[in-house]
Amino acid sequence: MADPPTDGPVNPTKAAFSSPIPHVAELGIELVEAGGGRGIMRLPWRENLVGNPETGVLHGGVVTTLIDSICGIACLTALEKPQPIATLDLRIDYLRPATPRRDIFAAAQAYKVTRQVVFTRATAYQDGPDDLVAASVGTFMLTGRLGVRAAKTGAKGAS
Amino acid sequence: MSGFVELIARAKASGDIQGLVDAIPYHAYLGIRAREENGALIATLPRNEKTIGNPVLPAIHGGVIGAFLETTAIFHLLWTGQTVHVPKTITITVDYMRSAGVTDTYAKASITKLGSRVANVRARAWQDDPERPVAAVNANFLIKPAEDG
Repeated sequence: MADPPTDGPVNPTKAAFSSPIPHVAELGIELVEAGGGRGIMRLPWRENLVGNPETGVLHGGVVTTLIDSICGIACLTALEKPQPIATLDLRIDYLRPATPRRDIFAAAQAYKVTRQVVFTRATAYQDGPDDLVAASVGTFMLTGRLGVRAAKTGAKGAS
Repeated sequence: MSGFVELIARAKASGDIQGLVDAIPYHAYLGIRAREENGALIATLPRNEKTIGNPVLPAIHGGVIGAFLETTAIFHLLWTGQTVHVPKTITITVDYMRSAGVTDTYAKASITKLGSRVANVRARAWQDDPERPVAAVNANFLIKPAEDG
């Protein structure tokens, strides 16, 4: 998947996370920015992702995927050394239904990194960071040992 | 009253559980199936490469597992509850116990408390062994009784 042309120099952190998650690419989710324990993603509205045909509102689960993804990326950019991570828990508050046929953005921050756990918070919004659709807190485990095991068994993965 | 509300009412009246599932585009997109087993609703998320979130393990994306569990809770409410409107999720908490391999995943829900406005529902997902859940959710939904339609 090619990056859209940018005006300035390419952000190396953003480039590193542009395409390795198959399901994120499948949903049409784009990474807007990432780095320093923060990240923003954009989800364009799509008819086959609707959860309520009465209203055209996207399924809440799609917002879960968007938030989980950007929290994970925020975690990865907060780590000093690259390490695999896994979501431990994720709570999402749905503040209002997302307006149909409009993009949804999610912004996340990994606000605390410990030896084994990273703590995240995130919001999803539409017309600007204050036009909130959802709010979330999550925790991610650092799973370095699991990653080593996967590598030893010859599993192929993202570059 | 919209066509969708009528469709839910019809599906419930005729016992067409899969018709209810397929009425929601995102469920059809994920290929979710549902059946009744000993009075309980069992949902299936069939193996699908496009749901991969971690290509290294590989594993299904945590968001898809969360979505599947939320969906299972919503079906359970629509199927067993009084509501014919799609319940609105207020809060959902997903706990991830193990990575979900790229294989069929199953889920089952139960209603913890059914109030007049809010339903609290739990759901859990598993793959090979129901005693080894891959994830679970606890969610609160805004519901609207049928007679308010």
